Amino acid sequence: MSQPQNTENQSAQAVDEHRRNFIGTSAALATLTIAPGVMVYGLAHSKPADEPVSNKVRWGMLIDSSKCADGCTDCVTACFTENGISLPSTPPKETDSQWIRKVELKDMRTSRTQSLPVMCQHCEEPPCVDVCPTGASFKRADGIVLVDRHICIGCRYCMMACPYKARSFVHETLTDQNPDVPRGKGCVESCTMCVQRVDQGLNPACADACTKAGHQAILFGDLNDPNSEIAKRIASKATVQLRADLALNPGIRYEGF
Amino acid sequence: MASITFSELKGTSTRFWFLAGLIGLFAALGLGSAYYMEHHGHIVTGMNNSIVWGMPHVFAVFLIVAASGALNAASIASVFGKMAYKPLAPLSGLLAIALLAGGLTVLMLDLGRPDRLIIAMTYLNPKSVFAWNVLLYTGFFTFVAVYLWTMMDKTKVTYTKEAGMAAFIWRLVLTTGTGSIFGFLVAREPYSTALLAPMFIIMSFAYGMALYLLVLIAAYTGSGRPLGDAILQRLGRLLGVFVAAALYFVFVYHLTNLYFTKQHAVEKFILLDGGIYTTMFWLGQIIIGGVLPLIILLNAKLRASRTLLVAACLMIVVGGLAQMYVTIIGGQAFPLDIFPGWQESSSFFDGVTHHYAPSLPETLLGLGGLAIALLIVTLGVKVLRFLPASLADADVDPHKKA
Amino acid sequence: MMAWLASHRMWKWTAGIIAVLCLSIAYAASSSAPSVGPKIVIDKTRSGDHCVEDTAFMRKNHMKLLLHQRDETVHKGIRTTKYSLKNCISCHASTKDNRVIGDDEHFCQGCHTYAAVTLDCWECHANKARPAPAAIATTLPAPAAIATTLPAPAESVEGEKK
Repeated sequence: MSQPQNTENQSAQAVDEHRRNFIGTSAALATLTIAPGVMVYGLAHSKPADEPVSNKVRWGMLIDSSKCADGCTDCVTACFTENGISLPSTPPKETDSQWIRKVELKDMRTSRTQSLPVMCQHCEEPPCVDVCPTGASFKRADGIVLVDRHICIGCRYCMMACPYKARSFVHETLTDQNPDVPRGKGCVESCTMCVQRVDQGLNPACADACTKAGHQAILFGDLNDPNSEIAKRIASKATVQLRADLALNPGIRYEGF
Repeated sequence: MASITFSELKGTSTRFWFLAGLIGLFAALGLGSAYYMEHHGHIVTGMNNSIVWGMPHVFAVFLIVAASGALNAASIASVFGKMAYKPLAPLSGLLAIALLAGGLTVLMLDLGRPDRLIIAMTYLNPKSVFAWNVLLYTGFFTFVAVYLWTMMDKTKVTYTKEAGMAAFIWRLVLTTGTGSIFGFLVAREPYSTALLAPMFIIMSFAYGMALYLLVLIAAYTGSGRPLGDAILQRLGRLLGVFVAAALYFVFVYHLTNLYFTKQHAVEKFILLDGGIYTTMFWLGQIIIGGVLPLIILLNAKLRASRTLLVAACLMIVVGGLAQMYVTIIGGQAFPLDIFPGWQESSSFFDGVTHHYAPSLPETLLGLGGLAIALLIVTLGVKVLRFLPASLADADVDPHKKA
Repeated sequence: MMAWLASHRMWKWTAGIIAVLCLSIAYAASSSAPSVGPKIVIDKTRSGDHCVEDTAFMRKNHMKLLLHQRDETVHKGIRTTKYSLKNCISCHASTKDNRVIGDDEHFCQGCHTYAAVTLDCWECHANKARPAPAAIATTLPAPAAIATTLPAPAESVEGEKK
């Protein structure tokens, strides 16, 4: 930022006016300088590595079932690749971990079908957090529900408590984990909303994969920021939460069904 | 009144060591299975992401519920003041501790990370029923140990009533906590009801008393000590009342569920077309565990036969295990209803009945817990003075005409 | 009298056992250092010639650093790299197979086997160093590169006024 050099030589009267103009110009220039930074910050939603997460932000996703293509499992594949989970066997085994899955829905009365992805709903009042005996299942300040695998004793009570069947238990020894996503035998796990990516200012893998595939059914963003795209869409359109009757206030919302 | 003398079981006969050895074998197999499961992971069991709690939990919860009920015989003496039952109290306390120890062993060894047990005792989430139960179980051991101390230490006998009352109240809270483990789960239709807590309490009365009678009869018949009919008849009749009350709770539970349209699917599953769960419910829980024992226990003539009494108690135990199977596994087999009004299907087994086939390691682990409980009792009565030298009618109740 | 003798004998035995233990510990401690201790290989070509803290400090405190860092990262999302496990591995992984466990010459396993302390980390954490950071470019440029504070001139104008 350049400094005007002539302020020193002005008389008291002229300094006032000039200073007023200068301050105004500086402020305008500073705003213009900061504004792109602020915009980039809004888009990148990253935080410095040494700063703890806060509840000013609440991460959420909006999933548009009408845009979700039948038979497409790009979000599932992306999640598995990103988090180092081996893809489900064919036919799928009941012991395979699955953090996100495509659910095919059929209306019982009309036989009309549609599909949508289901993962951990990152509830505001998570039943899994209530029941965990050690506190390993916890909700981070920014709304992401996680399992602290250092404390998890593998009792699977959270799996009993989850209304969305979001959690998986690791039934055998794992090798070659993704260094950013430690996971191992004997602990419970579920969708982390790709914390390792979110903390760096990226989107979860499923959201990016869906956008890349051209469907744009999954939108990720800050629910607490009224200017974010997700907050604006939720404020203007009808969206639902799964099992809304349980009043858990999940961070994942759905539209189109 | 002749004073009751307690003495250790001699325990020198071949029969005794054979029995202890057999029980010890099952306990060892249980521990070996736990090691195998921990080493290879739960992939070697029948449990999976849909049925997360299986045979080990069926046995563990049964043993824990029965543990609280096993204290009944002692409570009748200390809390309700029926002096005729005083000689029965020490064995009742021992059995309660043994059953709880056996049940907890299974539960802890089935954990995905049993090496982290110390974390379960040091990091406690105050909102978790499981965490409350950790405190309740530890407290139970303490309260019953103190209660036993007041009974067996002549200088502390004056405190028996207070200790007994404390243990009685504690076990009611403990069983409420055990029932609430399931009752608090809002997500699953077969659970999420306040009725489960009192239902578990009444079932604990039945299962605990049945096991107590079996252990009592086994100990006295095996050691040749006299065991009069007066005690057995009274306890048997009381057991009948408990079984009837348990059936009542089951009836109200299903009747209420049948009244709610939204619960019809799960009721149809349990009562009609759930396959193994329907069989376990009607044949195991209701007929074998309820109706047949009631016929024996509420009829004085049938009850008088010791063989039939033992058969009734065994049937109640089998029925109890069947009930736990239906509650714990059947409750998980029924799929979650995430999208009411829609039919769901996915690669994660949404919308379909979940499949469970118990494997050998997990069944051996469950049986191992029962074996550990019985081993504690078997060795306990040999080492300490839990058993009265005689429970013949004349010794127990001098007012009763022989 | 007999009781005293019995206890006297017990004390003699106890003293004897303690003496033997002390002698063996002294003998073990007096052995020249290089022939005792884990034979781990620290390859200094990977990263430079010193750790994030000095050796004596690390020997005593690395577990405390890790325990603290894991809570910071998991619960608060603090992802500073100095004490992170990934950072440790990036330097200490063996050049032969890129791992920190495998046999007693590997960095973590070597010391832990020697000290008989169970290693629990690798049940979940990857024990391989990840490839060079340049190969992965998935982060956007840090917004902090763009000025986020008001420029200085406003203050200096106030200063000049005096």
